[in-house]
Amino acid sequence: MSYRQARHDVPLVYEEYSDDINTNIKFNEYLPKDIIRQAPPNIPRLCERDMVKHFTQLSQMNFGVDSGFYPLGSCTMKYNPKINEEMASLPDACMLHPHQPDSQIQGTLQIMYELQNMLAHITGMHSMSLQPAAGAHGEFTGMLVARAFHEDNGQKRDQVVLPDTSHGTNPASAAMAGYDIVTIPSKEGRVDLDALAAAVSERTAAFMLTNPNTLGIFESDVTEIAKIVHGVGGLLYYDGANMNAIMGKTSPGKMGFDIVHLNLHKTFSTPHGGGGPGAGPVGVVEKLADFLPIPIAAKKGEQYHLDYDRPKSIGKVHGFHGNWGVLLRAYTYILSEGGNGLTEATEMAVLNSNYLRQKVEKYLEIPYPGLRKHEFVASGSALKKNGVKTLDVAKRLIDHGFHPPTVYFPHLVEESIMIEPTETESKATLDAFAAALEKVVGESPEVLHNAPTCASVRRLNETDAAKNLILSYRDYLAFKAR
Amino acid sequence: MAQQSDKEQMLAALNMKSTEELFGDIPKGVRSEITEIQNGLCEPATRSRISSLLARNRPAGKMSSFLGGGSYDFYIPSAVKSVTGRSEFLTSYTPYQPETSQGLLQVLFEYQSMMCELTGMDVVNNSLYDYSTGLGEAALMASRLKPGKVFLIPETISWPRFSVLQNYCKGPGISLVKYRYDRKTGLTDIADFKSKLSGDVFGALVETPNCLGVLESQVDEIRQALGDRILVAGVNALSLAAVRPPGDYGADIMISEGQMFGNPTNFGGPMLGIMGCKKTHVRKMPGRVIGLTDDIEGRRAYCMTLQTREQHIRREKATSNICSNEALTTVATASYLALRGGSGLRETAFYTMKKSRELAKAISAVKGCKAPVFSGSYFNEFVASFPVPAETLIEKMSEKGVLPGVEMALDGMEKNLLVAVTDRITDADIKKYAQVLKEVVQ
Ligand SMILES: Cc1ncc(COP(=O)(O)O)c(C=O)c1O
Repeated sequence: MSYRQARHDVPLVYEEYSDDINTNIKFNEYLPKDIIRQAPPNIPRLCERDMVKHFTQLSQMNFGVDSGFYPLGSCTMKYNPKINEEMASLPDACMLHPHQPDSQIQGTLQIMYELQNMLAHITGMHSMSLQPAAGAHGEFTGMLVARAFHEDNGQKRDQVVLPDTSHGTNPASAAMAGYDIVTIPSKEGRVDLDALAAAVSERTAAFMLTNPNTLGIFESDVTEIAKIVHGVGGLLYYDGANMNAIMGKTSPGKMGFDIVHLNLHKTFSTPHGGGGPGAGPVGVVEKLADFLPIPIAAKKGEQYHLDYDRPKSIGKVHGFHGNWGVLLRAYTYILSEGGNGLTEATEMAVLNSNYLRQKVEKYLEIPYPGLRKHEFVASGSALKKNGVKTLDVAKRLIDHGFHPPTVYFPHLVEESIMIEPTETESKATLDAFAAALEKVVGESPEVLHNAPTCASVRRLNETDAAKNLILSYRDYLAFKAR
Repeated sequence: MAQQSDKEQMLAALNMKSTEELFGDIPKGVRSEITEIQNGLCEPATRSRISSLLARNRPAGKMSSFLGGGSYDFYIPSAVKSVTGRSEFLTSYTPYQPETSQGLLQVLFEYQSMMCELTGMDVVNNSLYDYSTGLGEAALMASRLKPGKVFLIPETISWPRFSVLQNYCKGPGISLVKYRYDRKTGLTDIADFKSKLSGDVFGALVETPNCLGVLESQVDEIRQALGDRILVAGVNALSLAAVRPPGDYGADIMISEGQMFGNPTNFGGPMLGIMGCKKTHVRKMPGRVIGLTDDIEGRRAYCMTLQTREQHIRREKATSNICSNEALTTVATASYLALRGGSGLRETAFYTMKKSRELAKAISAVKGCKAPVFSGSYFNEFVASFPVPAETLIEKMSEKGVLPGVEMALDGMEKNLLVAVTDRITDADIKKYAQVLKEVVQ
C-alpha cells in the first residue's frame, strides 16, 4: 500500500497566533457610547505568509476529487473541468452586483435565459427557476409551488407520499412546506404499485421520486406510477440528483413528472466546495409555470430582463437570484459538452457503474438483479459473521487511497455500500478500486477495525463529540479547564 | 473519460455490444433525446463564447459602486483566493468521513470559533444559503422553541427578505406582524412594538442595522419587553467590530450575511448565511455543526456532530432540510478573518464608517439632497434623499460610471436611495459621486 495522507500537527489559529496590534481606533466620534462594542473581537491576526501556510497545510489533510477516486454514492463526485472555475472567476462575472439595473447585466441575463431553456429541454419541462441554492432548497421550492397550485385550484391537500428509499431531504423539504409525510415500503427495490395506489388519495399533494432510484434501479413502471398519482389529482415530483443517469435517454417530462429539481453541483459539473455552494434549479410543466419564484430571466426583442410581473408566483426563496457563480459553471459545462457530450456522459456513467458492479458482485452481495444506472448498492451484511461492518470497510478504503462510498444509505439495504463511479473515471481506476475493495473484504477483522492508519488521524471518538459538545475554541478552553 | 478501447473492454465484460443495451430497462415509450443543444465546443471556443457574452456586462466592481442592500463589495485579498482555490477544499464534499477530511473540518471549526467571538454567540453553525433563508430558518427554529403563531418583524424589512420569510413560514402557518419604525430616527417605534406583543407572539426579529441602515439603540429595551420570547437579531457582521454584538444583549438566535468577508458580490450568490444561537437552543438549530474530539490514539480531531438533528438521519422530523450548504464561502471567510484579525476588522469598520460620513456630507452639500435622512446612527450604509426620482438618478449617474445606491421599496421613498460604502471606496470615488450628482440634479 502506498497511500499516505499528510499528517501535520496544525494548531488552531488561536493557539499559534494572536492579535497584538493596538490600532488605537475609537468609534465614539461616530457612534453613541451605549451601542459601541467594549472589548474588540478576539480573533487572531495572521500575516499573509502564516495564513497561507496554515490553510495550505490543512488542505493537505483533505481528500477531494482532484486527489483521487471519490465514489460517494448519490453525490456524483465527478471531475470538473478547470475551465469552469476560470470562467466563473472572470471579473465580468463575479464583480456584478445583484442590485445593478438590467441594462448593465445583459450578458448574465442572456446566460441565465439560455441556461433556463437548456435545462428545461434536458428535463422535458416547460419553465425553470434558477433561484434555489441547492437540491434540498429546490425540493422546498417545488413543494411550495405544488402547494400554491393546489390552493389556486381551491384544494387543500395535506400529504406528500414518498418511497422508503428516498433521500432524507425529500421528506424534510415536504415537511418544511407543511405537509404530512406518508412513506411507502418498496418491493424488490422498486416502488410497490399496490402500496402506492393504497397510499394516494384526494389528500395527496405530490409523490416524490428519483428515477433511477437511490438503489440505482430504473423504475420501469414510471408511467403506471404517474397514472396512479395523477389519477387522484396529485403531482409527480422528480428529485434530479440522479439526472446523471438519464440525460439524453429519457427525461422527467417524458416520464410524466410535473416538477423537477436538478443538482447542478452533481450532474452539471460544478465543484462541491467541501459541502457547497451548489445550485438546485426547479423546472415545472406548463400548468405550474405561473407559480415559480420571481424573478425569471426573460427576453423581449434583443433585450433581456428580470421578469417580476408574475402575479401567481410564490415570491422569492433566496435573497437575490440564486448562486450565479454556480450557474455560470454549469452553463460552461453544457456548452463544452453539448447535447452529444451530455448523452455520452450518461452512457459512460452507466457503463462505468455496471462494469464496476459486475466486478464487485464477485465478492459482495448486491441485492436485486438486473441492470443498474449510474450507481449501485452493495451490502456488507455477509461480513457481519466475522464481526466486520460496512463502516470498517469504508475506513479501510481510505488506507488504499480511495474516498469511501456512501454508507448506510439507502436504509433498505442492510449494511449498505452505495457506489457511484461517475463517467470521468477510467477503467484503470475502476479496476484498481475493485481490486482494493476485494482485498479489503478479505482482510482480517483486526486490520479492518484498526483502519484507517494512513489518514491524518485514526478513527474518531464521535460519541464524545456529541456528548461534550466542543463547538468553538472558547468551548475547548472551558472543557480543558473542567 | 475512458478511451475507446477501454469502453469496448468494459462492454465485453458485460457481454454487451453497445451502450444502448445499458438502457434496455427504460421503456420505449418514455425514451427521449437531447435535440436542441448544439454539439460541444472545444475549450478555446467555449472560452471565447463565454467571455464575449460576459463582455456585455458592465460589472459594478469596475465602476464607482455604492451598492449594498445585503451584498457588499469589500476588497478580497489575493491570499484568500489562493486558499479557496486549493482543490482539496474546492473538490471535496461534506466531510462524512472525518478521518480523510480533517483539513476542512478544522477550517470549519475555526470559522465557528472566530464567528462566535465576533458575534458573542455561544454557537455558530456551518452555513445556511444566505441571510434571507437564514431568517426563514430562524423563524422556524424560534417557533420550535416557544409556543405561539406570531412572529414580529420590522416594517423596514426589505421586500426580498420578507418574501423569503413568508415562504418559510407557510408550512407551520406562522403569521408575520410588522411593527412600525420612527419616521424621524429610523429606529424601532418601541410603543408600537410593545403594543404588538400579544400572547400569541413567540418571537421577534430586530435588524441592526435595519434596511434603512440605522443601528438599533434600544436593543436592551426590546430584549426586556420580549420577556422569555425569542429574540432573533439580524446583524451586519462587519459592524460587530464596532457595535455591541448580539450575544451581548441576549439574542437567542443571530443571523447575518458573511459574503463581505472574502467573497465576491457575484450577482448575489453564492452568499453565506451565518446563524448562531445560545447553547441551550443548539438541539433545535438547523444546519451543520463541527465538534472537537480526539481519535483512538488521543490526537485531537474534528467531526460533524449533532447529526441526529439533520435530514439524513431524522428525515421529516429534522430541524431543517438543508444538506449542501455554502461551505466554500465559510472557508473564504475563515481565511479572511484570520488575515484581518480583530484589529484588522476594526480598521476596516472604521475606514468605511469614516468614508460613509464623508460621503453623506458631500451629498448633503448638493442642492436639494440630504444624507442621511434618518437621525439614528448608522454603520456603512444610509438613506439619502434627492430632488429627482431614484430610477432617473441611477440611470444618469451610472452612465458616468457611478452606481449611486439601491432603490427603496418603502412607501413614499421614491426619491431615496440606500447608499453603501466599502473599503474599496476611495476619496476619488466620493469626489466623483458628488460631482456627478451635481451634474445630474442640476
Ligand atoms: C438523492 C438526493 N436528493 C437530494 C439531495 C439534496 O441535494 P443538496 O445536497 O444539493 O441539497 C441529495 C444530495 O445529497 C441526493 O443525493
